[in-house]
Amino acid sequence: MRKPRELEPPSTPPPSALTEVRVSPLHQPALHESGLRHTSGEALYVDDLPHPPGMLVAWLVTSPHAHARITKLDTTKAKAVPGVHAVLTHAEVLGLNNVGPVVHDEELFASTEVHFHGQTVACVLAESYRAAREAAARVEVAYEPLPAILTIEEAIRAGSFLGDAHVMRRGDVKAALAAAPVRVSGTVDNGAQDHFYLETQVSLAVPEEGGAVRIHSSTQHPSEVQAIVAHVLGVGRQRITVEVPRMGGGFGGKETQAAGFAAMAALGACVTGRPVKVWLNRDRDMMTTGKRHPFHSRFDAGFDEDGRLLALDVDIYANGGFSTDLTGAILDRALFHLDNAYFIPALEFRGRACRTNLPSNTAFRGFGGPQGMLVIEEALNRAAERLGLDPAEVRRRNFYGAAPRNRTPYDQEVKFEDNRLLRLFDEVMKSAEYARRREAIAAFNASSKYQKRGLAFQPVKFGISFTTSHLNQAGALVNVYADGTVQLSHGGTEMGQGLHTKMLAVCAHALGVRTSAIRVMNTATDKVPNTSATAASSGADLNGQAVKAACEQIRERLRPIAARLLHADPDEVIFEDGEVYARGRPSARVPFREVTAQAYLAQVSMSATGYYRTPNIHYDRVAGKGKPFHYFAYGAAVVEVEVSGLTGEHRLKRVDIVHDVGASLVPTIDRGQVEGGFVQGWGWLTCEEVLFDDQGRLRTHSPDTYKIPAFGDAPLDFRVQLLENAAQDDVIHGSKAVGEPPLMLAIGAVTALRHAIAAFGPPKHEVQLRIPCTPEAVLFAIEHAKRAASR
Amino acid sequence: MDHLRFCLNDRWIDLKDISPTTTVLRYLRDHAHLTATKEGCAEGDCGACTVAVAEERPDGKRTYRAINACLLLLPMVQGKRVYTAEALKRNGEYHLVQRAMAENLGSQCGYCTPGIVMALFEACYRDDLDQPWKIDAQMAGNLCRCTGYRPIRAAANEVAGKRPDDHFAQALGPGVKDEPMQLAYTSPHTQQRYYNPATFEELWDVLDREPEARIVAGGTDLSLEVTKRYADPPVLVSLEAIAGLKGVRPGAGGGHVFGATTPVTDLEDWASAHSPPLERMLRYFGARAIKNRATVGGNLCNASPIGDLAPVLIALGAEAVLRSRAGERRMPLEDFFVAYRKTALEPKEILAGVKVPPLPPHARVSAYKVSKRRELDISAVSAGLCVTVDPTSRRVTSARLAYGGMAATPARARKTEAALVGQVWTEDSVLAAAKQLAEDFTPLSDHRGSAPYRALVARNLLLGFFEETKAQPCPRLPHPHTATVEVR
Repeated sequence: MRKPRELEPPSTPPPSALTEVRVSPLHQPALHESGLRHTSGEALYVDDLPHPPGMLVAWLVTSPHAHARITKLDTTKAKAVPGVHAVLTHAEVLGLNNVGPVVHDEELFASTEVHFHGQTVACVLAESYRAAREAAARVEVAYEPLPAILTIEEAIRAGSFLGDAHVMRRGDVKAALAAAPVRVSGTVDNGAQDHFYLETQVSLAVPEEGGAVRIHSSTQHPSEVQAIVAHVLGVGRQRITVEVPRMGGGFGGKETQAAGFAAMAALGACVTGRPVKVWLNRDRDMMTTGKRHPFHSRFDAGFDEDGRLLALDVDIYANGGFSTDLTGAILDRALFHLDNAYFIPALEFRGRACRTNLPSNTAFRGFGGPQGMLVIEEALNRAAERLGLDPAEVRRRNFYGAAPRNRTPYDQEVKFEDNRLLRLFDEVMKSAEYARRREAIAAFNASSKYQKRGLAFQPVKFGISFTTSHLNQAGALVNVYADGTVQLSHGGTEMGQGLHTKMLAVCAHALGVRTSAIRVMNTATDKVPNTSATAASSGADLNGQAVKAACEQIRERLRPIAARLLHADPDEVIFEDGEVYARGRPSARVPFREVTAQAYLAQVSMSATGYYRTPNIHYDRVAGKGKPFHYFAYGAAVVEVEVSGLTGEHRLKRVDIVHDVGASLVPTIDRGQVEGGFVQGWGWLTCEEVLFDDQGRLRTHSPDTYKIPAFGDAPLDFRVQLLENAAQDDVIHGSKAVGEPPLMLAIGAVTALRHAIAAFGPPKHEVQLRIPCTPEAVLFAIEHAKRAASR
Repeated sequence: MDHLRFCLNDRWIDLKDISPTTTVLRYLRDHAHLTATKEGCAEGDCGACTVAVAEERPDGKRTYRAINACLLLLPMVQGKRVYTAEALKRNGEYHLVQRAMAENLGSQCGYCTPGIVMALFEACYRDDLDQPWKIDAQMAGNLCRCTGYRPIRAAANEVAGKRPDDHFAQALGPGVKDEPMQLAYTSPHTQQRYYNPATFEELWDVLDREPEARIVAGGTDLSLEVTKRYADPPVLVSLEAIAGLKGVRPGAGGGHVFGATTPVTDLEDWASAHSPPLERMLRYFGARAIKNRATVGGNLCNASPIGDLAPVLIALGAEAVLRSRAGERRMPLEDFFVAYRKTALEPKEILAGVKVPPLPPHARVSAYKVSKRRELDISAVSAGLCVTVDPTSRRVTSARLAYGGMAATPARARKTEAALVGQVWTEDSVLAAAKQLAEDFTPLSDHRGSAPYRALVARNLLLGFFEETKAQPCPRLPHPHTATVEVR
């Protein structure tokens, strides 16, 4: 990959490679548009904004029980603390005391019952945190504890569910299983994962005239924050403006769950008439907000003697926590990804979401997809181990292919011409030298008593689109000024994923200007209304098309002006690199700013909105059939690990990834998404362990006890390539979504660990490894393998 | 000095009316309106608040040290020069480390970035980052949730040791000196007091005068009471300004004395040349920014059963050196820990240091730390293991097997030791003796590890120790390595 080009004029002369002028920034390496400003503190986050005069800060009073009836709630003493301006409870809510985004089953402030440890009961607003804390301690709440349901098993036993079952079927799975020569069955459990965005939840609400409120929020979904705040305040959405400067990480954790804190800030601003900031410290954030859903799954798989899947029967259960949040869609996506990259001739999948007395689990990069894939990958691993086959070869044999092996469990066609699985398999197995290294590892393992290595191949196929079809829409607003500069607003939010960098490239390409002439504005609901969350890896796909549409309208309005200046036919005008010229006459150029100056004088509008909706997607949840996805994103990895048989510690020695991002909009940004997604997935599967005690209290509520990957956990040798010549039809400039799919490549680390662990056991040993694969889990799996070997 | 005074981004600041338990992080964000420095956790576990402080190394040279501003109380930078990420961009030009981060796409969301920049800033002016593992150790305390670290490692490799001849190099001298740390400060609003006595006499006087005084050194543990439990300790007495308590010096009658306020970073530098087992333990003691503040005495006086220094020092036969106005007394370090988080210190007595004797002849020594994550984690089990083996008879003549995480205090496995002594040093005798570990310890289950895991690891570490010391009596940690005990 080439070195990126500077997006801003550098202050010192950079190497010449960086100053190379290109016609369009599209498909070219680029720096993150805020990269330099990140390094100096110039990049501002909500908590960095200058404090408006009179601003109050907030301290939450939360439930000390997982489930209890509130028998008393008295804020009198708290209100008397000097410096305290208000104590918000359910009684102060002006409109609806509810912030449930899909189903109204989530109170902003618990009124009669609390449903998890850490649920907000009251919010103290004061001039200082010290006063707010002191007052919070004086809010008198009495509880009558009630029985709590904490685990999926308890919820199933109690019949405690959220929503309906979701079922997919094909063929006669019972008969196919009965006839299968090889049967593999078992359970798969995965733990939760905290988002651990470095910037915790924060909103700053500033009252405006006429009962309006402007909210600066760290949210992936400003339109939903706007809607929920309007409900809570009992006003129309026209009074509420939500603005997002950028987020210090989101990963799904700020898709729905920023709304409640924004609503508290907005309500506080209305009640007190002062600006109010609601900011959570790390412990409060981790205790109060939801996480990636733990799943419990049971599977029964049938294979032929060559490891080909014949049938798969699965029950999956998601631990949704106390309210619905996005659990329904997450369960759906888990079901949609039980197949991962593999064709299953006969199947029945049944999914249910469990209601428990835990924080409401929510979106997290992959959105159920990773949990679904874990099940089939476990089945394939177990089959390969039992049959003594290379798990990579078993995976290849099960890939989707030509008809009839091209129908997903929900009957969407996996278009053969778009199916990149075999190409990715061939490329990554070759570049990673899989065969040679597998032999070398066998030799190493034979000679090493205490340390063993493992190597694994992992493919990913991930469906792109919100599976709630109407969400697949986006808007943009582009303002070109008479001096030829541009303000770009679009509905997506920047959380580090590089969306703004990509939108700059799309905008610059469409208008034929340099990215330095364009400023991406804060995402705001008064610029682009009715947007969808920046989620589902869809940010660039949806907003890119909207930006392109807006820019092209303006460009076409400018075309006659430019033609006049160039004395050319309008059809011959080319907009490029901040200039216009006529085809065939590239030496006669007019600056773009002259065109815009003339356009202004000629009374031509240089502001336009763009809009996009994804065509032809639909899904019938009752039938379990449809075409929920616009297309599939693919990737493949080869992962090598080493484990210690004495402590269970392990290390990623080398990771090779070839990822299909279509024709990458900005390859440097996409590479960052692939690398970061992989390591985040590796964290979920190996070192991140969310633990609650038997009272439903989170034990791991800070980085002291909750361990995300650290610097030294990054693979020592990390090779990422983007698949070449892979443009995707019908997506913005041939690119493909990249945010979520690479996370699931990390499942390969589990397979690699199993390979290493199996080396401690007898031939054809079926490894018993729980997730997350902490040193403890690995050491116990090794002990199990050793016991099997000594029998 | 009766007020707080330090140099922030090249401007001297004088503060007369602020609580002395205000952290530098909160001062920067809430008072100085410098918001590059972020709060990610307020406990020194994420690095988003990293700033740089110019400090004197043991060799007298000044250098920048990356420090967690969230655990740094304002009086701890008395007289010192502090830089934040804002200061690095000068006259519109970004610093080398800032450009390296941006050009490698080392930031995505950017929230951890100013802290990472300051950790890189320290790296940029260090002259000893000559090994890949040292880069990892330098950056271990800075969590990034977005990038997966590969581009940050690339940036670190580019800037480490570059030391441009710029404003910041000049600010290290020669000719540039800190102001004295000596301080007796009373907050006019809260009446909290903070003392930096410069001599033992001043220290004993302050301790006589202030019965509520709590003693602090690096503050990496005590500050958590302020940031996590919102405590307002009324009187803090820091040992940092007392010159005689800092540094490693030869001990009378051989061995060495580690002064109580010796930063762990300085001890690690010493250990890398003199003590492989100590070096091994210090590699994963904590992140660089923690090690730059944490002290030998602080880690021991904390008396946690999972403190990292105790097992290895006990294995090395260290003595605790206690000091009060009445004079000095000594005891074996294992006796310094009397109960869970309780030491043998009397009121108005301090731990002055630890004395570590020379290794006995024919000693085999190593130290291990097992945690869920290699870097910046608290151990599930740690061990400092030392045996002496007679070269002709091959029999074990002495054993000091110290474990952390296995009991309420760091403790020796006395029964296991007894079972080993007199035996021929073989795998069989090690495995037989290791059965006694079940008699020595009844470990707990918690979020760091279950009791069966701890028991199994304690045994396996002894086995790994046997294997690892076959070739080298004091093995160093290889790089890269998979496990705390690296045997094939």
